[in-house]
Amino acid sequence: MFKRTLIAGAAALAFAGPALAQDAELAKIRAEIDQMKQVYEQRIQALEKRLAEAEAKAGKAEKSAASAETAAASAANRTGENAFNPAVSLVLQGTYARTSKDPNTFQITGFMPSGGEVGPPKRSFGLGETELAIAANIDPYFRGVAIASLAPEGGADVEEAYFQTLSLPAGFTVKGGRFFSGIGYQNEQHQHAWAFKDAPLVYKAFLGGQLRHDGVQLKWIAPTDLLVELGAELSAGDQFPGSDRNKNGLGGSSIFAHVGGDIGASTAWRAGLAYLRTSPQNRNYGDIDALGGAVLDSFTGNSRLWVADAILKWAPNGNATYTNFKLQGEYFRRKEDGQLTYDDSAGSAVFGSVTDSFKTRQSGWYLQGVYQFLPQWRVGYRYDRLNFGTADNGIVTSGLGPTAADFPVLAPHSPTRNTLMLDWSPTEFSRIRLQFASDKSRLGLTDNQVFVQYIYNLGAHGAHKF
Amino acid sequence: MKRYQWMAVVMVWLLTEPAFASLNILACEPEWGALTKELGGDKVSVYVATNALQDVHHIEARPSLIARARSADLAVCTGAELEIGWLPLVQTQSGNSKIQTGQAGYFEAARYVVKLEAPQRVDRVQGDVHPAGNPHIHLSPYNIEKVATALAERMAQIDGGEAAYYQARAKSFLDRWRQAIPKWEKEAAPLKGMPIVVYHKDLSYLNNWLGMRELGQLEPKPGLPPTTSHLSDLLARLAKDPAKAIVRSAYNDPQAAEWLAERAKIPAVMLPYTVGGTDKSKDLFSLYDDTLSRLLAVAK
Repeated sequence: MFKRTLIAGAAALAFAGPALAQDAELAKIRAEIDQMKQVYEQRIQALEKRLAEAEAKAGKAEKSAASAETAAASAANRTGENAFNPAVSLVLQGTYARTSKDPNTFQITGFMPSGGEVGPPKRSFGLGETELAIAANIDPYFRGVAIASLAPEGGADVEEAYFQTLSLPAGFTVKGGRFFSGIGYQNEQHQHAWAFKDAPLVYKAFLGGQLRHDGVQLKWIAPTDLLVELGAELSAGDQFPGSDRNKNGLGGSSIFAHVGGDIGASTAWRAGLAYLRTSPQNRNYGDIDALGGAVLDSFTGNSRLWVADAILKWAPNGNATYTNFKLQGEYFRRKEDGQLTYDDSAGSAVFGSVTDSFKTRQSGWYLQGVYQFLPQWRVGYRYDRLNFGTADNGIVTSGLGPTAADFPVLAPHSPTRNTLMLDWSPTEFSRIRLQFASDKSRLGLTDNQVFVQYIYNLGAHGAHKF
Repeated sequence: MKRYQWMAVVMVWLLTEPAFASLNILACEPEWGALTKELGGDKVSVYVATNALQDVHHIEARPSLIARARSADLAVCTGAELEIGWLPLVQTQSGNSKIQTGQAGYFEAARYVVKLEAPQRVDRVQGDVHPAGNPHIHLSPYNIEKVATALAERMAQIDGGEAAYYQARAKSFLDRWRQAIPKWEKEAAPLKGMPIVVYHKDLSYLNNWLGMRELGQLEPKPGLPPTTSHLSDLLARLAKDPAKAIVRSAYNDPQAAEWLAERAKIPAVMLPYTVGGTDKSKDLFSLYDDTLSRLLAVAK
């Protein structure tokens, strides 16, 4: 319409002669142009409005697309039969060992052997335990964990297999099955998480390396800002210092308390006390009499163990990524009262089987410091000591026949050990360690040990225990 | 008899968990601690598990965390496996059923935002990758907006008596936050397209929001400390494609950033990363203010 008017206007300008007529025409054209402008503006406004609406809609669509994307992403890998697969992880370990004394002759002289695998690893290259762990929440009430250790010579051992409650009120947790006892500090840690290749001497002598219970544990955490954790454990007590008794009832019980907290942003600490009571029955070990014949000694009675532990961790502002320091120490004290039976009938057959009272009061401790001086690099030192204390062997003192020379394993001796280690952990999943030790566990002998060890973690990301 | 009565009183007191504030909150990271305080005001008592100078990937389930988790009504965390190295242990050891995964008392912020950089393939050959995507979500203001909305709803759900209070505070916070976003965007206009090198991929949401261009990371792979050979490679790349700044977070060691900055002759910038990372970043608003002003200082 306006086009025609424009053409008409132009034509009018071209052909109309008189000026007056021209003015009138111009006014008319102006009016028409103004009208056009108005129409345009209205249309533009309408369009803008529609655009804004469309944009708002698009924004909403984007939002819902985004949430759909998140939902889709989180739903991925969560369908089908394997949707509820538990967390699976595997630890690979191995060593290269060089020891100046034959590892097969290892003993902690002065302390009744625990029967556990506490000696150094075999010389040269050796595969360590391969540990397979499977864990998952079972339902809203329980969590299940199973950790099997595959021995290099074949065969598997159930290291831990337990359930743990998730929904008990008032800070209570119950654990049941087979689990590492909550006594001490290092006991609950798996061997691949230790700062040194092997356990402290106190663990080797008093707990056979590590104490695990087949039983139940009740733990309570106080509703306080300071960590106060109290626990009690009931077990069959068939692990050293207990023994398999083939009896109804409980062979072992323990209680423990931990307190812990922070000192500023840089330091965290925890201290604990624990008591373990077991009633071993015919807990036996082999020895050699004065003539070189084999002897079987067995102990029946009560064994009581007290453990005090303390740990302090420091990192600048609590940022352990670059440098950090960890100080750890534990003190063990054990009392055993009961009867000891000496039986050489399978060996020299001089005295046959004799039994009398047996009583020991022994203790020990270790202190270790581990310093991460650079990311990925740590250096550590540990001092171990066992105190022979007192031993009252009724068979020897009451003159039943066998003399102290017929109990070489129980000869008075206070073992010590110095250990130095350096390790490199490229990531939290891998670690290579070099360790030197001068081990005076055997009476009058020093075993100089060099270990190179690797530890690799595959699969699910484990959480870091304090 | 008297003695037993006394013990019974103590036991009841301990078991019934004396409540001092109406909602006890364990915030895994300072940003969520700050957000929770914005939304909860004086109706909540907040304990922040980590500080801005700590690398939140590498925290241990230390005794104080277990003690605080024990009494928490709500744990406000990032999720997306950021805390996988410690939080699961804190949860199981706390003996607190409320904050277990899947319960209302466990809030995962990363669930409410679209995550960047979700890997197509999950293999630790790539370093410490997060299968769910980049979990460092709090440096996009739109993410904070989404998380704040969801968190306020969650707080109202758990502490129904104060629902109106939390919703009112959330509205007030979101109003101020939505006013601040365009202001920040206007301020940050010069940062658009700015090429930078970062330490760890913890600034991806910030880069994405402001349109900065991330040329590389000082870490050779996520979670691995910088190596000289990787830094030399970066230096060679920067000679061809120069960056405006080497940017690191407060918790990162300054050494590598300074090494590269000196040789590439570009400034090294330290960002607070989260609340408390610098003196100026006292809450979420000042965290963004300070982050932008530090970046703008080198944008010219």
